[in-house]
Amino acid sequence: MNEPVFVAGIGAISAIGNNIAENLNALLSETTGIGKMTGLDSVHRDQLPVAEVKMDHQALASLAGLPEGISRTALLSAVAAREALGSAAIPGFGKLRSGFISANSVGGMDRTEKFFIPFMENNQRGRLRDVVHHECGTVTELVADKLGIKDQVTTISTACSSSANAIFFGARLIRNGLLDVVVAGGADSLTKFTLNGFNTLMILDSALCKPFDENRKGLNLGEGAGYVVLVSEKLAATLDQKPICRLSGYCNANDAYHQTASSPDGTGSFLAMSGALQKSGLNPADISYINLHGTGTQNNDIAEGTAIKRLFDPHYPPMSSTKAYTGHTLGGCGGLEAVYSILAIREGLIYPNLRLETPMKDLPFRVQTRLQRHAAVEHVLSNSFGFGGNCTSLIFSKA
Amino acid sequence: MNCYIRATGNISPQLTAGHPPFLAGPLQEYTGTRMNCAEPDYKDLIDVKLIRRMSRIIRMGVAAATECLQEAGVSMPDAIVTGTAYGCLEDTGHFISRMVSQNEELLTPTAFIQSTHNTIGAQIGLMLKCNRYNNAFVHRGFSFESALLDAMMLLQEEEAQHVLVGGIDEITDYSHTILSRMGLYRRGHASNLDLLEQPSRGTMAGEGAAFFLVASERSATDYARLDGLATLYKPDGPAVIEQKLNSFLEANQLDFSDIDLVINGRNGDLKHDQVYDELKALQICPQVSYKQLCGEYPTSTAFAVWMAANILKSGDLPPLLAPSVAEQEKINRILIYNQYGNIHHSFVLLSAC
Amino acid sequence: MVKLMSDLKSQIIAQLNLQDVKPEEIGDDQPLFVDGLGLDSIDALELIVLLQQEYKIKLSNAEDGPKVFKTVRTMAEYIKAHQAQNA
Repeated sequence: MNEPVFVAGIGAISAIGNNIAENLNALLSETTGIGKMTGLDSVHRDQLPVAEVKMDHQALASLAGLPEGISRTALLSAVAAREALGSAAIPGFGKLRSGFISANSVGGMDRTEKFFIPFMENNQRGRLRDVVHHECGTVTELVADKLGIKDQVTTISTACSSSANAIFFGARLIRNGLLDVVVAGGADSLTKFTLNGFNTLMILDSALCKPFDENRKGLNLGEGAGYVVLVSEKLAATLDQKPICRLSGYCNANDAYHQTASSPDGTGSFLAMSGALQKSGLNPADISYINLHGTGTQNNDIAEGTAIKRLFDPHYPPMSSTKAYTGHTLGGCGGLEAVYSILAIREGLIYPNLRLETPMKDLPFRVQTRLQRHAAVEHVLSNSFGFGGNCTSLIFSKA
Repeated sequence: MNCYIRATGNISPQLTAGHPPFLAGPLQEYTGTRMNCAEPDYKDLIDVKLIRRMSRIIRMGVAAATECLQEAGVSMPDAIVTGTAYGCLEDTGHFISRMVSQNEELLTPTAFIQSTHNTIGAQIGLMLKCNRYNNAFVHRGFSFESALLDAMMLLQEEEAQHVLVGGIDEITDYSHTILSRMGLYRRGHASNLDLLEQPSRGTMAGEGAAFFLVASERSATDYARLDGLATLYKPDGPAVIEQKLNSFLEANQLDFSDIDLVINGRNGDLKHDQVYDELKALQICPQVSYKQLCGEYPTSTAFAVWMAANILKSGDLPPLLAPSVAEQEKINRILIYNQYGNIHHSFVLLSAC
Repeated sequence: MVKLMSDLKSQIIAQLNLQDVKPEEIGDDQPLFVDGLGLDSIDALELIVLLQQEYKIKLSNAEDGPKVFKTVRTMAEYIKAHQAQNA
């Protein structure tokens, strides 16, 4: 039940790159992917910057090897999941007990919102093929079928912690002896639904977001996908390729404070981080880097920061939010940031928290503002927190 | 693994809310293609201050969960896990229709916030001030099954002793219109009273919220023991289903003769029900169906588990279900076999305790 | 002012779906949030839209919410001040 679970492959697509290599290059060259909205057809296009994947729908479909008419979320998911599985290069994959555990926050909403325009005028109108992939699960199935995975296929949706929970659940399926290998993570494309939803909450920054800055004004939405290939210890031992790292800790806790806001003392974040540490058998001082949830909203950053203070004071590891690069990819961020955490271990990197000007006055620590190479990164804590108080932390450790 | 069903809470198209005697009353009849839940007075179950923001599915889910926890006498579960295929459709429809008709202007946040798929689990957590594990599965005909698997693993891992787990889905005007256009439901006359006796094209839409408190320790008031769960995604024909079923029973050291009752997921749609007809191995077992009670929806297995738990608690089939089954011994072991659209197949094994 | 406050009470009840609350039960100076009517930050966002919809007043900074939405009277005063400004 407690045998280690290894990471054998990773895949990513985001506003800073269409694959792992491109994402890594952008992280190293400190290039943000956030900018003017060009793909999403919204009335807010001139007011709200977003982090779009730099490929139109047609090109993305062609890269994913899937039809153009389907949800962009499925396309993003397929690209990253396939890269992850490809990089793991597991011989005899078809004979293993495999699972695809994916996450997204709004399923095929990008198509559904197109469907609703004619449908609202006349409920017998609107092309049904635009709404057949509305359910979160259908997006997962389009990709599972593409990957040829059948043994366990399921979808998790816990708002912005969704894909961290997918990785967590995938690891447990292995630990419980149900599967040998799991492709886990999540995806979300930009939609008018989520853009307008976050806009009603007045937490979108009209400029580029500044996570953990005293003068932060909110988040920028992004799109993307990130997946990891998890394998059992037994399977890892048979692979030619050495695993990249281990998933050593995880915890899911609930803030139980408010439907959308985090508690002032960061109860949920604190419990998730401390629970993950406990699971991994590590002490706070063992953590080499924290990939923060760090959305750039007033509320998230102070709650997360306060929880970190409670747990780590006075010895703070380097930490940063990579959402200044990718925007907030919602159902995708847990997967994408897990991939960045794994890359931090593989490459010995501490990423900078871009655009930080004034550190938050109420926090006794400072986030990383410079890229650090050749760092000794042993254990990385990755935080993903969401609506409904859902808080999940993962810890990746050197294999 | 030990997994006992200690308590239930069920809001369904039948009179199930509030734990009345199990399916004792007359069958609620629904004509047309929509079987909506018979909802209780929520003010007895949910704080009025909270009700004002809750759409119907959230009320149903939170109320069924509350009834379940009350029956269990558990005020703080170690984990809350929900399964819903469609999520909070009314809130989703509300926000998207306003967004379209108001051209993205003057929108309000409540419907958006509540449209999130984890809202029901989150609301339960918030009401209980439960800081523990909270998860939401949203995978079509596997949504409830995945939630149940998660709950069983949490008990097995000793991460939890009590898990609140439920399956919830709702029908809305929008969803019913769209799913009708996709050809899921009967055209012309339909009544749940003869839904299965008069198979035809299409079925009737259903909905429901069924919650369970599952525990690793046995108690004197348990309904039943949950022995196993298996799912099968897009099987290539009946031979594969039968093979899976055989290996599932084998893993539980059982064969077909050990099954006292099969609860099948027939829904009156000819093409759908053919899958059950083709599964010859199961034909030797006494069978009852359940979708004439709750209609067809992706998380209906939760209703079937509720039914199985109640049958095992009493050992008998209620008269409402009995006509198709001959006189028989006490029912000690039930197998639920449900499939959704011939894509998602699931087996749940339960026994008396 | 009396008419405006009375209108506001009905509008608040409708916008926030405050079942079982009657307009006359809301005092002009009763706090709307926490201890008073028990509203929270989501309601504040709803009230921002209410101001926009009914009174064409745009509250661009959510942080101003607590001040403006303290009571029905502070809301009415804020509306009056803005209407005077735009007149």
